[in-house]
Amino acid sequence: MFDIMKKEMLNPTVCLMEIRAPLVAKKAEPGQFIILRVDEEGERIPLTVADYDREKGTITIIFQVVGATTEKLGHLQQGDKLHDFVGPLGRATKTEGLKRVAVVAGGVGCAIAYPVTKKLHAQGCEVHVVAGFRSKDLVILGDEFAKNSSEYILMTDDGSAGEKGLVTEALKRLLDSGDKYDEVIAIGPLVMMKFVSKLTKEYSVKTIVSMNPIMIDGTGMCGGCRLSVGGETKFACVDGPEFDGHLVDFDEAIERNTMYRDFESQARDKACRLFGQEVK
Amino acid sequence: MPNMSKNKTPMPEQNPEVRSKNFKEVSLGYTPEQAIEEAGRCLNCKNKPCVGGCPVKVYIPDFIAEVAKGEFENAYKIISKSSSLPAVCGRVCPQENQCEGKCVRGIKGEPVAIGRLERFVADYHNANSTEKPVKPESNGHKVAVVGSGPAGLACAGDLAKKGYEVTVFEALHTAGGVLVYGIPEFRLPKAIVQKEIDGLKEIGVEIKTNIVIGKTLSIDELIDDYGFESVFIGSGAGLPKFMGIHGENLKGVYSANEFLTRMNLMKAYKNNGETPVEHTLRAAVIGGGNVAMDAARCARRLGAQVDIIYRRSMEELPARREEVHHAMEEGINFRTLTNPVEIMGDENGNVTGIKCVMMELGEPDASGRRRPIAVDGSGFSIDVDCVIMALGTSPNPLIKATTPGLETKPWGGIITYDETGHTSKDKVYAGGDAVTGAATVILAMGAGKNAAEAIDEAIMGGNK
Repeated sequence: MFDIMKKEMLNPTVCLMEIRAPLVAKKAEPGQFIILRVDEEGERIPLTVADYDREKGTITIIFQVVGATTEKLGHLQQGDKLHDFVGPLGRATKTEGLKRVAVVAGGVGCAIAYPVTKKLHAQGCEVHVVAGFRSKDLVILGDEFAKNSSEYILMTDDGSAGEKGLVTEALKRLLDSGDKYDEVIAIGPLVMMKFVSKLTKEYSVKTIVSMNPIMIDGTGMCGGCRLSVGGETKFACVDGPEFDGHLVDFDEAIERNTMYRDFESQARDKACRLFGQEVK
Repeated sequence: MPNMSKNKTPMPEQNPEVRSKNFKEVSLGYTPEQAIEEAGRCLNCKNKPCVGGCPVKVYIPDFIAEVAKGEFENAYKIISKSSSLPAVCGRVCPQENQCEGKCVRGIKGEPVAIGRLERFVADYHNANSTEKPVKPESNGHKVAVVGSGPAGLACAGDLAKKGYEVTVFEALHTAGGVLVYGIPEFRLPKAIVQKEIDGLKEIGVEIKTNIVIGKTLSIDELIDDYGFESVFIGSGAGLPKFMGIHGENLKGVYSANEFLTRMNLMKAYKNNGETPVEHTLRAAVIGGGNVAMDAARCARRLGAQVDIIYRRSMEELPARREEVHHAMEEGINFRTLTNPVEIMGDENGNVTGIKCVMMELGEPDASGRRRPIAVDGSGFSIDVDCVIMALGTSPNPLIKATTPGLETKPWGGIITYDETGHTSKDKVYAGGDAVTGAATVILAMGAGKNAAEAIDEAIMGGNK
């Protein structure tokens, strides 16, 4: 069992938790992920490591309530326990030698983009961050990004905070202004990563994306997380989760992520009803 | 006077119509009377070819003689000398290629039903024995075991009985390896596996789940930082193979590992299960081994019409004969000498069908089996909504990648230098599918036992 040491709602649907898992915290690096189960009968869900504290022995996870499992997870409080927590899985983000990087993050993907931003900034790399959200209420980690980058551009779909528009518009502006990047790191919804990769390809800037396919074991056993990358089948759990954005077949990945959509929405409804009843 | 019946005493089974809709165990096991009757068929012959056919050399005629006398606990003690998991092996060993394949009664009829008797003896013991396993006195030496499948459990059990402090590290949230994620409930009830694991815990084996060796901890850390004097790697062959044909990433295409893990470990077959699985109506399972049979029969139990597609003929099917027989009884259609060439999908990326060609058998290949060759112009397609690839697995690269000095073969199998399972790295042993590639429970168990003996010799050699 794994203790929840801290819980904080970052916005109405995005939640941060610090989980005590000293062995995982000892090894975790930006870019890696963990798999957890809320309870005995629960499903296994992968979540990317949002931060770690080796001394306290904690891993920070940030998740959006999107399905039955995250709904259940969101109802847990500080002092509650998770049934299972395993990691760190996947490969860490390669940061060696990077001097100038643009980090493009969307929605809850900012949670994953934050630790790598922090690490790059700490190693003296010049980091430009473009973070996009639907609206002001959903903005997370604004201060943290601002503190750990040399330029932070906030974009919202409705213009209620920062600039109105898409992250690709801001990135295009940076690229057009002559900023040369060793790498663009894009983390967020698949559609966002697809269009960031499309844009950077025109500018021939190497682009790394963090994929989040459906997974079970996270150790290469099930193959459920497979993707086409440069025409080859790769397993996100052991070969990734980060890949060259110019080689990923995003359309296929988007299709594959809808595999259990009906099941998931029904399960979510069921979970919501369950909690609704408990509240009464 | 031996029972000279040419046929095995039949074992009661659930009716195929009924069982193809539930996940309860198919075979119900012998009653004591049936076991005694079947034990009477053993001639207790001098040469004991059956023992030679058993990878762990169970004293088969000796235990059967005790069954014939009705001394079932004595029979259990005899089996236990050689086997750590009799309730499991009695159910999943390919007896027809091992002990029963060598039985002299098989020359003019059916061999003695050794597997069924082993299963009976183990189940009888589990149901009736009141003896509590006693934790042996510690010898103060620590050994780590990586993986809690058959190889790891056997190795851990033998070492614990000798007094070692054994810790088993398991990557998943439940111990048992392929016995829990792979083999379905209807063939090997999970309660039986749990009983074996509980027995190990009672003799002092510590099982740590949720630890991925190669990620959470490395082999070197186990030895250098945690004080384990030796490590046994029984991490299995977990990496699924795909065919590399068009359409394999469509929705509805699974590796057998994924499909079975969803069904078994994650209990997706239960109505209130939280892990989803495609509720297929028309499934194709590619492959002819035990895993293919398991996947096909699971899909059948979800209500699907199922075709097994295998490129060689019925004769070459590598699955246990009993599984093939059960699958046929349950209405699974075998399309042999057939090979898929493409999986077709609709505009939403869902599987709609599979294109195949007919095959004929040519000259024997490296495996000694006749090589299947596609027949020109024989293409056809089948409408399906789910395709399950049961083509075999290869060892997981996570440990190799993080263990300097551990040599592996090009396909990933860990190299061992002799029967003891010693690897190229000091203090590190390996066995089971991680060494051989996908094989059987009994071979993995045997490898675990051999390594336990070698580890004991290496650590205690001078102090005995």
